[in-house]
Amino acid sequence: MSDLTRFTAAEIAAALADGSVTSVEVTRRHLDRIAAVEGDVRAFLHVDRHGALATAADVDRRRAAGEPLPELAGVPVAVKDVLTTVDLPTTCGSKMLEGWISPYDATVVSKLKAAGMPILGKTNMDEFAMGSSTEHSAYGPTRNPWDTTRIPGGSGGGSAAAVAAFEAPLAVGTDTGGSIRQPGAVTGTVGVKPTYGGVSRYGLVAMASSLDQAGPVARTVLDAALLHEVMGGHDPRDSTSLDMPVPPVVEAARRGDVSGLRIGVISELGGEGFQPGVRRCFEEGLEMLARAGAEIVEVSCPSFVHGIAAYYLVMPSEVSSNLAKFDAMRYGLRVAPEGVDDPSAEQVMAASRDAGFGDEVKRRIILGTYALSSGYYDAYYGSAQKVRTLIARDFEAAFEQVDVLASPTSPTVAWPLGEKLDDPLSMYAQDVATIPANLAGVPGISVPVGLSEGLPVGFQFLAPAMADDRLYNAGAALERLVTERDGRPFAAQAPELEVTR
Amino acid sequence: MSSPEISRDDVAHLANLARIELSDSELDRLGAELPAILEHVKVVQQVAGDDVPAMSHPVPVTNVFRPDEVTPGLTPEQALAAAPASEEQRFLVPKILGEE
Repeated sequence: MSDLTRFTAAEIAAALADGSVTSVEVTRRHLDRIAAVEGDVRAFLHVDRHGALATAADVDRRRAAGEPLPELAGVPVAVKDVLTTVDLPTTCGSKMLEGWISPYDATVVSKLKAAGMPILGKTNMDEFAMGSSTEHSAYGPTRNPWDTTRIPGGSGGGSAAAVAAFEAPLAVGTDTGGSIRQPGAVTGTVGVKPTYGGVSRYGLVAMASSLDQAGPVARTVLDAALLHEVMGGHDPRDSTSLDMPVPPVVEAARRGDVSGLRIGVISELGGEGFQPGVRRCFEEGLEMLARAGAEIVEVSCPSFVHGIAAYYLVMPSEVSSNLAKFDAMRYGLRVAPEGVDDPSAEQVMAASRDAGFGDEVKRRIILGTYALSSGYYDAYYGSAQKVRTLIARDFEAAFEQVDVLASPTSPTVAWPLGEKLDDPLSMYAQDVATIPANLAGVPGISVPVGLSEGLPVGFQFLAPAMADDRLYNAGAALERLVTERDGRPFAAQAPELEVTR
Repeated sequence: MSSPEISRDDVAHLANLARIELSDSELDRLGAELPAILEHVKVVQQVAGDDVPAMSHPVPVTNVFRPDEVTPGLTPEQALAAAPASEEQRFLVPKILGEE
């Protein structure tokens, strides 16, 4: 039989529906693949062989009994370790939550379970989703399947690498400043940040509540749309969840027609700081889209250049507030301070937070504490919130002229592990093209567009809020053009990983 | 306009406010890194005029309620399952008041 791990999610769903394979077979093949390549990739923090196979067997039994099933029933999925699960640990890549098991499932996880999707395990991430390389995980870095000496992006490097390495056909990620899209770009996979409020945040351990959004990770645009449809929708348990239907993303992904579509190239994103190879791939993507009938125009979003500055004030401010709950009292790590007899709760809290948090988390908590402190609040947090307004206005003005916006997803290809670890500002600069969407709440997608130095380059589309379907339409068109140019699917170009048996 | 000057003592004060017992080497490192980061982000102070409103959230929703229906909550066992210490169905914590 052909290798089931190379199937797309849509192909697996079709094969399950016509009875040519069972979910147990599909799930077992992916678990075997995980066992074979994890030594190199390290995408997972926890693998749930037993639970995944139990779900698969249950779906097979229900299918055999003639029960109508959701489209992705029996298709396995991996989940970023920032979404709570009652049957697996949720560590957020932190020592603070080592071994912690949540008493409730995140709504996204409940939806995957209701859809009959076997959960293969929980994927690695930068600690509490803070980073662009997955090197800030307390459990060690994930490696990029295209070159295991390089970073897989972050914070969702585990989800992207798992999908790129054919360990899972689908994964769930979260995106606060680019943590789905940038890993997608550097691992040659598709990643979508939905409209803010389009997917429930209930059970998503918060980093920055006004920016966080969960979304799909896949190898094709259609697969991402199929998972988006399962994850999305209103949730009464999340007061910021939008009470609107999920946009018609699957239909848009099947359409993939850009004739007459107005695509705005963002003048401020793609010049200085972007590698020549990244720019070349992006421009080639634009040329292909133009030949397919899209109208390409240049659009200026002048406030985007201040996006990183605003983000690195708004986000740490929210971080310093959100992470105050890790107080060593109700759950999580508790350590006693050294050399103190009968320490107070405050002393235990301070010692536990020192022991439990890594460098990047501490850096952001301290920065956020400063930005929110009396006397500095207006100058830093207040000013950053005004810039946020200007960025949202830039989007509004741009979307009066065009249907979607476009830019390279990330300024560079995957860099060598360790290269930027001691240079936080250089790491933060990687988010320049992805951050504006989070600040304004609009959706974005990254689609592989080509190779530079043998490494994947991502093409980003952005759309107005609740017009996520436009991303899938444009993304599917680009994907088809890239596949036609290359003569094979993008993911098939990844070098073979060494397999251990 | 405020200056991003921030000393090692300031970092120690912030760490105390944030309840993180930073080591000397961590204070040294953050004392050097924070001014550099603030130097980079302070540009936000020069971008927007007084007439620009602050945006705290991308979705302008207010007073969101769900139906007032009773649904099951966590049992005491579930709520305490991950507690570092518990006793008599309560979280057991270190002393919260100073010595008498």
